[in-house]
Amino acid sequence: MGLLDHHKKIETHATLLLVLSFLVVTIGGIVQIVPLFYLDNTIEKVEGMRPYSPLEIKGREIYLREGCYNCHSQMIRPMRDEVERYGHYSLAAESMYDHPFQWGSKRTGPDLARLGGRYSDDWHVQHMIDPQSVVPESIMPSYGFMMNRELTRQDAEHVRDIMRVYQILGHPYTDEMMEKAVDDFFAQVDEFGDPVAERYPGAQQRNFDGQDGRVTEMDAIIAYMQMLGTLVDFDTFVPDASR
Amino acid sequence: MADNSENIEKRPDPRRHPKPNTLASNEPPTTGHEWDGIREYDNPMPRWWVWIFIITIVWSVGYWVAYPAWPGIQSSTAGLLGYSSRANVATEIAEFEASNDQFFAQLVTTELDEIRDNDELQRFAVNAGGAVFRAQCSQCHGTGGAGVQASGFPNLLNDEWLWGGTMEDIHQTIRYGIRNEDHFDARWSEMPAFGRDGLLDDAEIDQVVNFVLSLSGADHDARLAALGQEHYEINCASCHMDDGSGDYFTGAPALNTQVWLYGGTPEAIRESIYNSRFGVMPGFADRLRDAEIRAVAAYVHQLGGGQ
Repeated sequence: MGLLDHHKKIETHATLLLVLSFLVVTIGGIVQIVPLFYLDNTIEKVEGMRPYSPLEIKGREIYLREGCYNCHSQMIRPMRDEVERYGHYSLAAESMYDHPFQWGSKRTGPDLARLGGRYSDDWHVQHMIDPQSVVPESIMPSYGFMMNRELTRQDAEHVRDIMRVYQILGHPYTDEMMEKAVDDFFAQVDEFGDPVAERYPGAQQRNFDGQDGRVTEMDAIIAYMQMLGTLVDFDTFVPDASR
Repeated sequence: MADNSENIEKRPDPRRHPKPNTLASNEPPTTGHEWDGIREYDNPMPRWWVWIFIITIVWSVGYWVAYPAWPGIQSSTAGLLGYSSRANVATEIAEFEASNDQFFAQLVTTELDEIRDNDELQRFAVNAGGAVFRAQCSQCHGTGGAGVQASGFPNLLNDEWLWGGTMEDIHQTIRYGIRNEDHFDARWSEMPAFGRDGLLDDAEIDQVVNFVLSLSGADHDARLAALGQEHYEINCASCHMDDGSGDYFTGAPALNTQVWLYGGTPEAIRESIYNSRFGVMPGFADRLRDAEIRAVAAYVHQLGGGQ
């Protein structure tokens, strides 16, 4: 009982109890968390991942602003029913440029991790304006106002500021990308503009919302939705089954 | 203040503070602490609780051995059971593929019209086709196949067909689509934009609209309709037929029924004649396996209107 008697000293000494419990929690935390940063089977390098293009960042900001994550997850779990419905299960590396990640924990609507390319732009426009017109059982509210919210140079400059923060977080934005950020923002909605894909491989470039001469929030959100989950080519990439 | 505290000491609440001498004499030992006259019993913890505590510790040791647990320098211990959620899902999918394979193979080799003669195969085709339909087709045709009314997304539940409703027709439509440029065999037709291209003037279009309305017995202006009949016979009847029964070969919708692809209001019909319509459907030859396309055809065919 000798050792247990000493325990009394800890229990009756508030400061000592605090310091020692903090120590225990710290050790537990280090053992659980730190290995995840270096273990081979938790870090999987994946071809094709690139940081978001300026217009996609704007779309992502709108996604966050409107709270889309409250109803939509972006994380396909490795289960047969999910893989058959949504596509290949999500890889950790696919969220490497998401700060914060959008995995979510609640699905009132479907998962969006592999939404890109699944529907046409026209479908998205109609669905955002009046979701029930294409999915009668849907309870999603209308986001038609995005058609009227024009994006200005100021929005593009704000996105450049966001990119600067992302640079600090380690996203590989080059000097060229930063320099052309504002131009790229507007070029991506112009099919015949400076090809954005040169800097952002696989970036889709066209008039997303179908409105002539106007760059709107609808362009940005559709540009973002159309690239979700499309960067990794699963025809060539075979994930290691042991991970 | 002094008076108050005296009062409280004189009259303790009998329900909360039983007199010390009423307590049993064989009471358990106390911890020795005392706060304002309150002492703490030093009872042993319940036996069942202690045992569960010990069992969880022993269980965790077994868990460490069986499942991935301990981090090493390069990787973590894999565990004796070799658990991996990725491998599990791959195995599970392979299992279902294997059990479905015989049906998929049978679907491909069976003539389209004979699928429904084989009860077991038909049941499989309808279920598998329904699953594919909900993932690939429901965005436009609706989860239940009712289409989107007056938006050009056809209802598949009724017996009105644009390009024919036999198994062969439905299969062809799903496989190659309609008016897309991806497949040479896509179904193709193009109605002229009678107003935009100046083939009919506004007054003539009004007359044709009223004649078209009269074909299905809807409200119309009989005088205008009579005038429109001639324009209809010259411009429209070659595809939509004299009686408005439509034509599968050109995908011309029937005009003498209550079913309207883009709406049956005078305005909607006017828009169709003035600017024409150009409904597109993608082909699925590159996206789905042959057996899946055949299963979807079987599913759509049995929805209600299959011919």
